[in-house]
Amino acid sequence: MPTKDRKLTVARAMAEAMSQEMRLDERVFVMGEDVGPLGGVFGNTRGLFEEFGAERVRDTPISETAFMGAAVGAAADGMRPIVELMFVDFFGVCFDAIYNLMAKNTYFSGGNVNVPAVIMTSTGGGYSDGGQHSQCLYGTFAHLPGMKVVVPSNAFDAKGMMTAAIRDDSPVIYMFHKGLQGMGWLGTEAGATVNVPEEEYTVNIGKAATVSEGEDVTIVSLGMGVHHSLRAAALLYEQGVSADVIDLRTLVPLDRDHIFNSVKKTGRLVVVDEDYQSYGVSGEIIASVVERDISILRAPPQRVAYPDIPIPFAHHMEQWALPNAEKIVRACLRATSN
Amino acid sequence: MNPTPEQKQWMYRHMLVSRLFEETIEKIYLEGKTPVFNMANGPIPGEMHLSNGQEPCAVGVCAHLNKEDVVTATHRPHHQAIAKGVDLKRMAAEIFGKETGLSGGRGGHMHLFDADVNFSCSGIVGQGLGPAVGAALSRKMQNKAGVAVSFFGEGAANQGAFHESLNLAAVWKLPVIFVIEDNAWGISVAKETATAVDRNAVRAAAYDMPGVYVPGNDPDAIFVAAGEAISRARAGEGPSLLDIETYRLAGHFMGDAEAYRPEGEKEDLLRKDPILVYEKALLASGDLSESDNSDLKEYAKREVDEAIQFARESQFASPASALDHVFA
Repeated sequence: MPTKDRKLTVARAMAEAMSQEMRLDERVFVMGEDVGPLGGVFGNTRGLFEEFGAERVRDTPISETAFMGAAVGAAADGMRPIVELMFVDFFGVCFDAIYNLMAKNTYFSGGNVNVPAVIMTSTGGGYSDGGQHSQCLYGTFAHLPGMKVVVPSNAFDAKGMMTAAIRDDSPVIYMFHKGLQGMGWLGTEAGATVNVPEEEYTVNIGKAATVSEGEDVTIVSLGMGVHHSLRAAALLYEQGVSADVIDLRTLVPLDRDHIFNSVKKTGRLVVVDEDYQSYGVSGEIIASVVERDISILRAPPQRVAYPDIPIPFAHHMEQWALPNAEKIVRACLRATSN
Repeated sequence: MNPTPEQKQWMYRHMLVSRLFEETIEKIYLEGKTPVFNMANGPIPGEMHLSNGQEPCAVGVCAHLNKEDVVTATHRPHHQAIAKGVDLKRMAAEIFGKETGLSGGRGGHMHLFDADVNFSCSGIVGQGLGPAVGAALSRKMQNKAGVAVSFFGEGAANQGAFHESLNLAAVWKLPVIFVIEDNAWGISVAKETATAVDRNAVRAAAYDMPGVYVPGNDPDAIFVAAGEAISRARAGEGPSLLDIETYRLAGHFMGDAEAYRPEGEKEDLLRKDPILVYEKALLASGDLSESDNSDLKEYAKREVDEAIQFARESQFASPASALDHVFA
């Protein structure tokens, strides 16, 4: 059936992927806080409870330590749990189960025990939710070996990567940005709501995408940053600068070749990341280029990342700290002025 | 239900194997570590947590378990692994870090995984409870036979994971048995200085499940209490908590000077060595003849010798194979 004109929000695309996989595979189930009749605080499990019932769409107590641990045990025992960690900021109360068990049991067992679990978790701020409900923490998860990490920026990728994540035999951390979800009350990035095929499909984990082509500078970003970068590319175009915009889509495994090949073409690199600047994604992207061949760079790499501060509540302070198109334009012009 | 003579001999035999295995490991562990103790040296480097004294907990519970039942164990896992039927040769080889080990040397003695008998353990206190709840959930959702048992120490009962996991298991009425091996010490911190209740069994009331205290470090008493809890789980009646009094005859880890123990405690514990006590009782009751006893001891020696020989003779994997198995 042609589905060209069927636009979905990221939230609906995620729910559709989960429901299709749940129909295909009885081992798939969802658990987390408010994923049942409420349909998830961010709408991404809406309709699942009605279709699959309380046995397969499980509201949990507010006990992340227990239900993350339970996801590990259920996955090792043959199930394929999808677990929601409502805000990624809550990782602090359950990280042991995630990075010491979920991420390591395949290794510790010499490949004899797999943990095919998906953790879906919301990231990002911009709506004055304060410093415990606004972080991205991409680098925190991507730093620790044993977990794949995906960060879709639009509904098409959101559905295809959710399907791929559920079918993957390794644990996958699926990080969705609240500003892309299509929840009216959060203020939604319009570019995230795109056409989505009705049939199931996968978007390969580990493949970046070039979302806008150019010759003068490479902008690498993920999640919400991709949309800022596209706006920046349009502004730059008016000033005679053309930008290659790369949507990473996956942080682990990182598509280093894709980034390198673009920078080889443009000679300039700007990384846009809503996560904290130091010791994180932006540094890793730059390292993956310079450690391979520093001579392809015609200018020092630039970063537009979150400053190394807790996220402030006040609207004007938070917006001041966040990446945006203007900051990206300035960074690109710094790079191309050399 | 009380154990039959066969079940008693099963428990006794597994305790013998566990004890002899650990006594052998203990000797080998010290190779290369004297006169100066350096944990990184010798054929078995790293931390070593011995379970001698705590064998009754493992055998009393595992006597009721089948291969398909799931066990999550602790950083002190040898007795639990042996009672669950983990392959002793591959376990020994893993402890030596050899290629033939359960995971080719990537895990070591705190990370033993044997998928054939659904056994795993992990190194941080309180880690196994959530996974046991999840395994039990898996069995319930798939309508598959089997219960999950999580072994942990009395120290883990002060972890959030304990309280969250008991609550979750009770809310979902899952076939899981939580087993506390209360050896009275969290490394050097005595239980009474760290735990607000005398007996952790009372904490079960907070999660509306049976909580049974089993004193005496006695395999038969543990067998009876575990039998009830496991039957309850198999019948779909939900989780239980067992709170077992036991003793750690060694230090927390090898190299622990045990200066924290009150004077005379160690001697007193050694006099109460549960295997010697059980041996005496079985011989007295006629559940074990002298010739059975020597047969079982020979069996244990053979098992352990073969396992250790297998481990010693096995090769190390290539160092670069450390890169394998990060992902499925």
